[in-house]
Amino acid sequence: MDVMILAGGLSHERDVSVRSGRRVAEELRDRGLKVSIHDVDMNLIPALHASPDAVVWPLLHGASGEDGSLQALLELAGSRYVGTRSKEARVAWVKSVAKAVYGRDGIATPEYVTLPQSLFREVGAEQVLDAIVERFGLPVVVKPARGGSALGVSLVTERADMARAMVHCFAYGDTALIEKAIDGVEVAVSVLGTGDEAHALAPVEIVCDGPYDYDARYNPGRVEYFTPARLDEASTSAVTEAAVGVHRRLGLRDLSRIDIILDAAGDAYVLDVNIAPGLTETSLFPQAAVAGGEDLGALYERIVKSATR
Amino acid sequence: MSTPERPGTRLDPWFDSYAARAHAMRASEIRALFSVANRPEVVSLAGGMPYIGGLPLEELAEMTKRLVLEQGEVALQYGSGQGDEGLREHITQVMALEGISAHPDDVVVTTGSQQALDLVTKIFIDPGDVIVAEAPSYVGALGVFRAHEAEVVHVPMDADGLVPSELDATLTRLRAEGRRVKFLYTVPNFHNPGGVTLSLERRPQVVEICQRHGVLILEDNPYGLLGFDSEPLPAMRSLSPEGVIYLGSFSKTFAPGYRVGWAVAPHAVREKLVLASEAAILCPSNASQLAIRTYLDHADWKGQIKKFQEQYRERRDAMISALEEHIPDASWNVPEGGFYVWVRLPEGLDSKSMLPRAITARVAYVAGTAFYMDGSGSTHMRLSYCYPTPERIREGVRRLAGVVDAELEAVSIFGREYRPGGGTVDFPSPDLA
Repeated sequence: MDVMILAGGLSHERDVSVRSGRRVAEELRDRGLKVSIHDVDMNLIPALHASPDAVVWPLLHGASGEDGSLQALLELAGSRYVGTRSKEARVAWVKSVAKAVYGRDGIATPEYVTLPQSLFREVGAEQVLDAIVERFGLPVVVKPARGGSALGVSLVTERADMARAMVHCFAYGDTALIEKAIDGVEVAVSVLGTGDEAHALAPVEIVCDGPYDYDARYNPGRVEYFTPARLDEASTSAVTEAAVGVHRRLGLRDLSRIDIILDAAGDAYVLDVNIAPGLTETSLFPQAAVAGGEDLGALYERIVKSATR
Repeated sequence: MSTPERPGTRLDPWFDSYAARAHAMRASEIRALFSVANRPEVVSLAGGMPYIGGLPLEELAEMTKRLVLEQGEVALQYGSGQGDEGLREHITQVMALEGISAHPDDVVVTTGSQQALDLVTKIFIDPGDVIVAEAPSYVGALGVFRAHEAEVVHVPMDADGLVPSELDATLTRLRAEGRRVKFLYTVPNFHNPGGVTLSLERRPQVVEICQRHGVLILEDNPYGLLGFDSEPLPAMRSLSPEGVIYLGSFSKTFAPGYRVGWAVAPHAVREKLVLASEAAILCPSNASQLAIRTYLDHADWKGQIKKFQEQYRERRDAMISALEEHIPDASWNVPEGGFYVWVRLPEGLDSKSMLPRAITARVAYVAGTAFYMDGSGSTHMRLSYCYPTPERIREGVRRLAGVVDAELEAVSIFGREYRPGGGTVDFPSPDLA
């Protein structure tokens, strides 16, 4: 079986994508599969046409990889590919829309607001920021409404730091999502499968010596991971049910990672949804799989073989 | 909610074994952004990569072939820790162009002048010692100094380079505070990233001040022969052979791929440099050294430097005229040689904060914060004109103008509440240094 891994791209998360692509390729080659790695450039469509029966695994993070456009291209080309389809990817990509969709099922998410840069100009930034702080209190998390790997994300504890967090965020995109910061246990729940078959892997608990930012995510050492998370049965059920609920409600396919925070009362709040979770050596999805006794190569091979057009 | 304590994993079984200095070595958000910068869609004004396309590659291929056929048994063997004697002889001739009189025995060949920087720092610096450097300073040197746990104190420059009165005041203050200043690190010609050159009249002043304070000078001179309009100025080493360690390199005047540089040091220091180098690498690459010796013997290397000067001058002109046309609200120096323009952004902008916006617009630069140890520099960015063609430079600056406008818009929205600056020090990858 031929597998084409798509990795790289021109998003801010190119580096992470390239690393994910290499790891997955290595695992699949060890299983005897013929694997090629492709960037998203002028050579992509000819490569897709040259291997019409290959399974494509898009491992691009950030825009074009996760916003549904690459998936739409693969559908146009008639490719068999791993992961969420373009229509569902578009919904999952815009954090505010995704939150509204799974919120209908009673899945909690921190109080939030998404605002474009233009609104701050039109209404007056100080007044908008005052209103946000009055409503949510501090701290709040400011992040780009689209994107991942904690790029452009700030935890704001002082009102005076809000403006800087906003400018930092708007350097990554034109819409900001500001949400109430919730103190609690941070867990990542990876979900495998599609529809009724979807099931959660063991939650990974993240304990970081500061914000769980880009540095913490991709430099081993600053974060201590506990797999499975040190949660009692009820809390484990709360986070896994929330994750599987989000995966099914948003119509995600094959694999996803749902980031959740569990507050002191035991309530699970969904923070983020990743339809192309990182698969690097420090990523959470492979950790969860290995902790559950999975052989990564065998798992990736199963994922590839279950891919459809 | 929680179950009892049990150990987790840090994904690095050796985390508790690292030396303290290794904990500061981290991949940053900025490095991630630069992974896009080398894609052809992006105009990179970030990298300090020489224009290798300007070299006579076919001629070099012939020379390399002859070298392997005729001297292969030497070229592919271990060599002397101090470096090939014939090459050291040539190096003295190269340095003579900048007024340095040296004997081949004074020269230590290194793996790029970057290794010489590391060796000098290794033999002089104990943790906490002070190195005085220009503000801003070469990012690759700051990385070495940080790895050896030195403290860097910056001294301002103006259009004529390092300001002697500021240097004197800084050294006086540090002595009064009981701090141990080990050396002044300076890039006197076509400074990276500042673009300026230390004037002829200031050179003896800087030497005198350092002598008076008992401070060694580390003179790093990769760009001295790449002036556009003038003859090279005399190196400080020529004014004070006992007070100056001089670093030279073939990376900019020939090719960085060979990784050949050198140090010239007072006798006793040189002995220690050789021992330290042997401990680190045994010997520099014989193949690279002999390839460069062959090039210097048989090719018109002075003519090649003149070609480089013309090519870089054309690119400098393209960048300056594009800046004048597209970003008139910024300010910059006009370098008379070397690779870099140091740009002060319009008021209120933060070059580090703006970088993701630039990457989205498919243009890259190095934020000024990379060139300071203290987190300052956010008001500036370094633009390199050495590698892209003049057309690409103009396109890059045009894209950058859009980025500056968009960032100004964002900053103006948050008005007086927005305070730029601060943050961590970021070191770009080697091809960006």
